[in-house]
Amino acid sequence: MSSLLSVRDLRVTFPITRAGDMPWTAPRQLRAVNGIDFDLEAGKTLGVVGESGCGKSTLARGLIQMVPASGQVVWRGETDLLSLSRRQMKRYRSEIQMVFQDPLASLNPRMTLGQIIAEPLKTHRSDLSSEERRRRVAAMMERVGLLPQMINRYPHEFSGGQCQRIGIARALVMEPKLLICDEPVSALDVSIQAQVVDLLKDLQRDLGLAMIFIAHDLSVVKHISEEVMVLYLGRVMEKAPKSALFADPQHPYTQALMSAVPIPDPVAERAKKVIALDGDLPSPMAPPSGCVFRTRCPRAQSECAQTVPQPGTDAHRTACLFPGPTKQSELGHEM
Amino acid sequence: MVSTTEQRTATQVGPRKGRSPWADARRRFLRNKAAMGGLILLLFVAAFALFGDVLAQYSNEELDYMVMGQIVELGGPSIASGHYFGTDDLGRDLYARTVQGTQISLAVGVVGALIAVIVGTIYGATAGYVGGRTDSIMMRLVDIFMAVPYMFVLILLLVMYGRSITILFVGVGLISWMEMARIVRGQTLSLKGREFIEAAQATGVAAPVIIARHIVPNLLGVIAVYTTLLVPLMILTESFISFLGLGVQEPMTSLGALISEGAGTIAYGTTWQLGFPLLFFVLTLFGFFFVGDGLRDALDPKDR
Repeated sequence: MSSLLSVRDLRVTFPITRAGDMPWTAPRQLRAVNGIDFDLEAGKTLGVVGESGCGKSTLARGLIQMVPASGQVVWRGETDLLSLSRRQMKRYRSEIQMVFQDPLASLNPRMTLGQIIAEPLKTHRSDLSSEERRRRVAAMMERVGLLPQMINRYPHEFSGGQCQRIGIARALVMEPKLLICDEPVSALDVSIQAQVVDLLKDLQRDLGLAMIFIAHDLSVVKHISEEVMVLYLGRVMEKAPKSALFADPQHPYTQALMSAVPIPDPVAERAKKVIALDGDLPSPMAPPSGCVFRTRCPRAQSECAQTVPQPGTDAHRTACLFPGPTKQSELGHEM
Repeated sequence: MVSTTEQRTATQVGPRKGRSPWADARRRFLRNKAAMGGLILLLFVAAFALFGDVLAQYSNEELDYMVMGQIVELGGPSIASGHYFGTDDLGRDLYARTVQGTQISLAVGVVGALIAVIVGTIYGATAGYVGGRTDSIMMRLVDIFMAVPYMFVLILLLVMYGRSITILFVGVGLISWMEMARIVRGQTLSLKGREFIEAAQATGVAAPVIIARHIVPNLLGVIAVYTTLLVPLMILTESFISFLGLGVQEPMTSLGALISEGAGTIAYGTTWQLGFPLLFFVLTLFGFFFVGDGLRDALDPKDR
C-alpha cells in the first residue's frame, strides 16, 4: 500500500532582493528547505523538530503550496500536489488542513466562533444547507470541548487554549486526512499544552488522521509522534522511529538538542552534562559548504567541509559522516 | 460586577450573543462626551438642511423688493419680517439660501467621501492583497495622479464643461479616493501577514472572498474614521472652489459661495451675511471632526 503522503526532494527557495539592487541583478537565493524526503502513513504522526529558522514552518507551507516549492509531494500515491494549478489544488485543501502557532492571531477578530468554524464548510461544501452547517459546527465544537452556547461569541472572549481548540475545530470540520500542526502548543502554558496535545491524540485516534506535528520542544514531540525528523538549516539531520531516536540518537545535533531538555529532578539536572553548541544558526543565504552543521559540530573534521552527508533511506537515517553515540569529550561544562 | 452577570447568563441554556468588537466600540463612543456633542451638532445641521425649508417664509430665489436698496437698514435678521437670517445683497432671503447652501455642501461632502470609500477601499485592498508587481503598478498610478495639481484640473473641468453640480461631484470624487486607497493598502499589507488570512488561504478560500470577508471588515474602523475626517475636507474643497466663483451656479448656492458673498459685503455693515453661513459651516466641520475623533478613540485597538 502506498503512503498517504510521500515527499521527495522538497525544496523551497526564496529570492531575496536587497535594497538598492537594480531590477536586473539576479536576486540572492535563500534556501529555506533544501531537499527533504519523507513518507507518512495514514493515521500516523511525523514530528518535526529543529531550532528557530531551520525551515520547519516553511516545510509545512511548501507542502500545501502556500509558498512556491519544487520537488514532489505525492498525495495518496496518485497526485503530485506541486504540479497542480491553484484551481485544481482547491479540492485537496479540504483534505489537508492546518493548525497555526498563535491561537488568537489565527482567528478573525470580527467573526463569531460559529462563522470561523463554518468557513471551510462554506468554501468546500456550498451544497450544505445552513441548518446542516450549523449542526456540523455544533458537533465539532462539542468534539473539541467547546460549549455549544459559545457559538455566537468572538475570539477575544476566549483564552489561548480555547482559541486553539477553535483553530482545531476549524481544521477538522471538513474531516481531513492530514492535519499539519505548526507549533500548535508553543504559545500555550504547559498545563494547557498537555490538554491540547491530548485532544489532538484523541481526535487522531477517532478520526484516523495523519499528522505532521511541528515543534521545537522535544518532550511534546516525544509524546505525540511515531516518527521524528530533525531539521537543521533546511536539511534533514536525522530521521527515525520515535523510540529509536530517543533511545539512540546518532547525529551530534540531535544529541545536542536532547541534552538541552531539562530533567524534572534537581539532582539529576545539576549532574547532567550538556553539549553546548557554539554560535548561531548560519545564514541560510550562505550555508556552510559540505555538512551544514559542521560550523557548530563538536565532531567536525576537515572532511566535513568537502562532502555533503546524505541521510540515505534507512528507517533510522542520519546525515552525518561520523554518526554514533555521544563521546565523553563532546560533553561540555556542567550546567 | 459584569463577570457575575455574565456567568449567570452563560450558564443558561441556549446560545448567548457575544460581545462583538463593534458593540465595544459603540459603548466607548457613546461614553465620549465630545463625540456625542459632535454627533448632536451634525444631526442638528442635517435636520436644518433637510427640513429647514418648512420654516422659510421666502424661496431662495425670490427678491424682496421691500428691502432692496436698503439692505443695511431693513435687511437685517428679524422674526417679524420673516427673514430670520436677514437678506443677502440682492434682497433674497438668507435663511432659505443658507438651508439650500448647507444641502449642497453636505451633499458634496458625503458624495465625495462615499466615492472615496468605495473606490479607495476596493482599489487599496486589491493592490495590498495581491501585492507584487500589480501593487507596484497600481500604487505608482496613484502617485502619478496625486502629483497632478488637482485644483487646476478641477478648475479646467469646470471651465470646459460649464459650472454644474455634476462636474463638481465628479471632480471631488476624482481626487478623494487616492488618499483613501493609500491608507487602505497600508492597512491591508499589515493584515495580510496575519495568521487568520493564512488560515483562510490554506483552506482554499478565493482571493476576492478573503478580501470581502477577512480584510475589509477588519479595515472598517480605519475607513470609518478616515471618512468622517474626509467629509469636512471635501466641504472645504467645494467651499474653496465656490469662493473662487467656480462652484455651483446661481440661483443655487453653497456655504462657500455664501461666505464669499458675505465677505465681499462686510464693509457695508451687513455682518449677518457672513455670520450665518459661517456659523453653519463651522458647526458642520466641528461636528465631523469631533465625531471622527471619537470614532478613532472608540475603534483604536491599542486602547483596549
